[in-house]
Amino acid sequence: MDLEVEAYLRPPEMDMPPYPPKVITLATGGKMVVRQATREDVPTILQAVKPTIEIERDFYDIVGVRVYAELLGWYRHRMRDMFCLIGQIDGYLVGQVNTRAYSEKLDISLHTLAIERGLRIGAHLFAAKMEYSFEYLGREEVLITAESPIGFRRWMIEYELELREGQHELGGAAPYALTRELYYKHKDRLVAGERPVPDKLMEVAEREIKVVSEQDIVEKILGAKRRIKR
Amino acid sequence: MRPVFVAGAGMIPFERQDENTLGDILAGAGLAALDDVDLGKHEVGAVYLGNMASGLFNHQVSVASALVDRLALIPAAAERIENGPASGGSAVKNGVLAVASGYYDVVLVVGGEKMRDVIGPKATDIVAAMTHPHAEYIYGLTLPAMAGMFTRLYMEKYGVTREHLAMVAIKNQENGITNPYAHIQMKITMEGILEHPQSHINSPIIADPLHLYDCCPVSDGGAAVVLVSEEIAKTLKKPMVQIAGFGQATDTHTLAEREDPTELKAVRLAAVQAFSRAGLKPKDIDVAELHDAFTILEIAESEQAGFFKMGEGAKAVERGDTRIGGKLPINPSGGLKARGHPVGATGVAQIVDLVWQLRGEAGENQVEGAKNGFSLNFGGFGNNVLAFVLRRIS
Repeated sequence: MDLEVEAYLRPPEMDMPPYPPKVITLATGGKMVVRQATREDVPTILQAVKPTIEIERDFYDIVGVRVYAELLGWYRHRMRDMFCLIGQIDGYLVGQVNTRAYSEKLDISLHTLAIERGLRIGAHLFAAKMEYSFEYLGREEVLITAESPIGFRRWMIEYELELREGQHELGGAAPYALTRELYYKHKDRLVAGERPVPDKLMEVAEREIKVVSEQDIVEKILGAKRRIKR
Repeated sequence: MRPVFVAGAGMIPFERQDENTLGDILAGAGLAALDDVDLGKHEVGAVYLGNMASGLFNHQVSVASALVDRLALIPAAAERIENGPASGGSAVKNGVLAVASGYYDVVLVVGGEKMRDVIGPKATDIVAAMTHPHAEYIYGLTLPAMAGMFTRLYMEKYGVTREHLAMVAIKNQENGITNPYAHIQMKITMEGILEHPQSHINSPIIADPLHLYDCCPVSDGGAAVVLVSEEIAKTLKKPMVQIAGFGQATDTHTLAEREDPTELKAVRLAAVQAFSRAGLKPKDIDVAELHDAFTILEIAESEQAGFFKMGEGAKAVERGDTRIGGKLPINPSGGLKARGHPVGATGVAQIVDLVWQLRGEAGENQVEGAKNGFSLNFGGFGNNVLAFVLRRIS
């Protein structure tokens, strides 16, 4: 690698205070640890993203390829000022969210990808990244768009987002904004989690990001049933 | 009137069926029931299809005519029966009458709905079209809203608590885990949906005091039964399951016109008729499938149908009487809460689940030694209700 050229190609990086991990109690009673992923975690996370890129249902394919590109770009220093939060249950990766800073006042929400479905994993993780943008990074606004109708319902409707002029950087889709005011209006209803994470749970989460098999990921996303032969 | 038997029973999984059309769902259910029985030389004389709103959900009408063609049952008579969420029950009733009268020897009854072609709020609006257009709908009343008000009154009158409602949800979702046809196969806990300080985020309010996990999912799915005369039933190899009695009763369209909105008069009357025609009493029933579109309904219907005294239904849930292995297992299939509620399919699916129970074919959800079963299909908000008593003939 020509380090001199590489230095030109790498985008500059903004300092960001870390996201303090938290634990969310799910409807199953299960505990999901939400924590910040590092660049070194990306290859493992990509293992879970890869099987999604051929799933048409709910636009997982488009979200999957975009998340793959974003994480890879971040890992190889071609994506500017991105952060990624992950959700883990018993160490297993159940979802990821990522956002990119546009300025010290504005974040651009990129994607929410849930591997485990039916437990509001995506909704909890999306809320966590908004929490990071507003409460820890001090942003005034986050620009958001959605590829799927589920995303539209979860973000645009549930958070009463404001439609903005212009284009979101995700393919020029319509941008909606979550303002600081809207975030705090909906926080009690939508943002869950407790801190600090008990040591035992944190230790399991940090020890290893476990990823279920590709087939399991596809089945979980497609809602495949436990088919018991009678 | 001749005795009527269920010769074949079948279902396709209730879930979000993006890849299948309504026609695929109805045909799949019909074939599942027809595959369950060897009719020999006997032919299906008529097809009754329970479907609530194909015109609104799928922009498709005359679906029964399309179904007989798809199933190669032409020239069988065919029609769609619409009675709101009790469309399936009404279709079964019409099938029973057709065989009982002696006019047909073999009838196929299919119930099905594809609701997920539209987004959730639209589905809620379509279902709300069954409310009174001038006295209810124009004020924004939906079925969850009606159920919420009903629940509040029931809680005040009978001391039902949110814990009782959550117990019903937890029980039925637990039953759904081992039902291969259930839409929801996920265990939930009291901590996760009620006790934890942040459980309101997992289970947000839908219509106070009902929360998300108090409500059934919006599902696609279909179920079917083949009804035959006794003469034919005797020639078949499967255990004989008779539709021993049915009842149907109506109540006022608007809830506000009811003397006591907590009294589900049509449920009571339909159940009394069904038991009377079957010559059985509530205490004779071994397993029941009730219409738990909302958790409160399982409790209220269990009382109004005569299984428990008024105000005792919640206590029965608390004691575990309604669990599989309890004194009267209710909704061992998972009920509408977990199996799902594709509205037109539900009344037929309840019969299918009871047939499997009485034949001993319900797998891990089997109620041991079940001989007599009861189902209740609740139309509107209790303004058109059907009850069935099924009996296994030794």
